[in-house]
Amino acid sequence: MSNKLGRTAAICGIGATEFSKDSGRSEMKLAVEAVSAAIDDAGLTPSDVDGMVTYSTDNNPDVEIARNVGIGGLRHFSRVHYGGGAACGTIALATMAVATGAADVVVCYRAFNERSGRRFGAGVQDLPNAATAERAQFSYTSSQGLLTPASWVAMVARRYMHLYGATSEDFGRVAVAMRKHAATNPAAWFYNQPITLEEHQQSRWIVDPLHLFDCCQESDGAQAIIVTTPERARDLKQKPVMIDAVAQGAGKDQWTMTSFYRDDIAQLPEMKIVADELWSSSGLTPADIQTAVLYDHFSPYVLMQLEEFGFCKRGEAKDFIKNGNIELGGDLPLNTHGGQLGEAYIHGMNGIAEGVRQVRGTSVNQIPRVEHVLVSAGTGVPTSGLILGVDR
Amino acid sequence: MAITREGMTVSQTQQETDADKKAFYEQLQGFVGLQIGPPQPAPDEVNIPMIRHLVEAVGDENPIYLDEAAAKASRHGEVVAPPTMLQAWVMHGITPRSNEGDGPYEQMNRLLFSKGFTSVVATNCEQVYDRYVKPGDRLSMTTTIDSISEEKTTGLGTGHFVTTRQDYWDADGNRVGSMLFRIIRFRPAAKSKPKPPRPAPATTHDNSWWFDALKDGTLLIQRCKGCGELRNPPHPMCASCRSMEWDSIEAKGTGSIHSYVVTHYPVVPSFDYPLPILLVDLDEGVRMVMNPIDATPEDLQIGRKVTIEVHKCDPDLSLPFARLAK
Ligand SMILES: [Zn+2]
Repeated sequence: MSNKLGRTAAICGIGATEFSKDSGRSEMKLAVEAVSAAIDDAGLTPSDVDGMVTYSTDNNPDVEIARNVGIGGLRHFSRVHYGGGAACGTIALATMAVATGAADVVVCYRAFNERSGRRFGAGVQDLPNAATAERAQFSYTSSQGLLTPASWVAMVARRYMHLYGATSEDFGRVAVAMRKHAATNPAAWFYNQPITLEEHQQSRWIVDPLHLFDCCQESDGAQAIIVTTPERARDLKQKPVMIDAVAQGAGKDQWTMTSFYRDDIAQLPEMKIVADELWSSSGLTPADIQTAVLYDHFSPYVLMQLEEFGFCKRGEAKDFIKNGNIELGGDLPLNTHGGQLGEAYIHGMNGIAEGVRQVRGTSVNQIPRVEHVLVSAGTGVPTSGLILGVDR
Repeated sequence: MAITREGMTVSQTQQETDADKKAFYEQLQGFVGLQIGPPQPAPDEVNIPMIRHLVEAVGDENPIYLDEAAAKASRHGEVVAPPTMLQAWVMHGITPRSNEGDGPYEQMNRLLFSKGFTSVVATNCEQVYDRYVKPGDRLSMTTTIDSISEEKTTGLGTGHFVTTRQDYWDADGNRVGSMLFRIIRFRPAAKSKPKPPRPAPATTHDNSWWFDALKDGTLLIQRCKGCGELRNPPHPMCASCRSMEWDSIEAKGTGSIHSYVVTHYPVVPSFDYPLPILLVDLDEGVRMVMNPIDATPEDLQIGRKVTIEVHKCDPDLSLPFARLAK
């Protein structure tokens, strides 16, 4: 049995700050700027908002943003766990709130100085050593020097290469596509800076088998998304973007980035749960998707997601992505904003905004005749995903 | 922007340092060519007993140094001293010389000390001989500062090579030989900081027993008492039968590489890079992350057999390590 969230809510507003390496201001200031911009984009006033959702590692309390922006009382506020895996999870909770009447207008947000402040890529070696399960999840990897997201993903990527014959160049094709899309997106950090496959191959090792260009950026910035009922959305400024499906997923024997103890580590069963839910709840299939935003913190996981969502068979993503198939003009252009490799790492929230623009028809790299956009959240952790569609 | 600012700061510091170094080098050059102290007379004339001590000590059987007849028959026509004894004739005994005051050498050293070049090591010595000396010669020696190098960095540290020239003269004021003696006055290389310990595992009631066993040198695998299933990493309940009763078995210490990475960045000071890390399938059917021992990244291969050894990393942490099977 699949969830009944599809088409019970719509996205009516998006707002963001610029994306940079040094915002020069507080995370709270970024948050209120993005939330305020999204409210304006929707044509709402702050007092219309009665729900707020963010996800773990955000340092900006919802009530403090509400206080700043002049949002009045809140009827729903929640926070989803697992960092980037929760990006679409915020929309899931907002949808549940809107669908049940727990709230009418819910702002989902992420704001951080992830580059100029605490960098996730710096490693977990200095985390306080508390006697908790949350902290002990690192106890079997940190003492060996496996300390960063890149290192955790690399372990899975190597196994995937071994099983299916994928190569570093196959990972590189993802990076090249993302940088190509970013090159024509003025909001992207890597605007006008495409790379070649040779440059990918020559970029330095971060964690072999991952080169520098396989790893997403570290960024400062904020993104907010506003969810409301389809009825309300139709009365607002923007063309409504329907949430055709939304789902969360955690896999069997799930760890946070280090699910190394499953029989087959070269899969993303958590994303398979999301995929099955999205397809079954919406009645859609991969053939109905014109463009997708697949979470690209590390390029190998883009290949594995293509397989989990059923765009190709297991192990065949390396063939699927060849010949520019995931680039503009290909069968399935991915991450037309440039993704987190090219635009910015805003923990997946900027990808949802690009999905919204594709449905609205306002992307700088607009795909013709978009009806449905698939968006996924952080992989390797408990995750989430959604399908956005045109209002009919 | 921040990068540019940092870059400017670094290059400015660099320029100042280079200018400082140049000025200091010029200052040192002022000592080159100066004679150090008055001529040093030899305490004794060149004599047979000292020659005998030396040739016996070094096992030199050349007859020209002691055998008068043989020496007469040689081109020397008389007994001569081994040339390498040049320095020995003017050496003082074990009693230290009285302080020779404040000459150019002391002034040069003070200048070097002021920049932290306080350590000294002799690096090499070259002798040149103008003629053989022979018993009865009474020698004296003068010392001159021959050259001072610009700043150099060696394995010992950074410093300046100082070369002195000792000229040896006979009673008639003719030079019999000369010696270049080179030392380096250096600033000892900062002792590299001891490596910080590896990041410590967070221990809880559920896993501390496993780390404690490692500290005793034993690698354990948790075993469910309900259904016998092995599991790792440790956790309190068996996912197969929900039993919370468990014991453990000692791992046989054999396995194979399931996957591996080689980390290059970021560099965490507890480790040496590039740092290989393995995901190992133990033959018992559980999996663990460990570092290889005595292996280069090129040796790593999925499926390669390993044997597992427990090693102490620091007083509070011991870990399993994988040795690649031959
Ligand atoms: Zn059991």
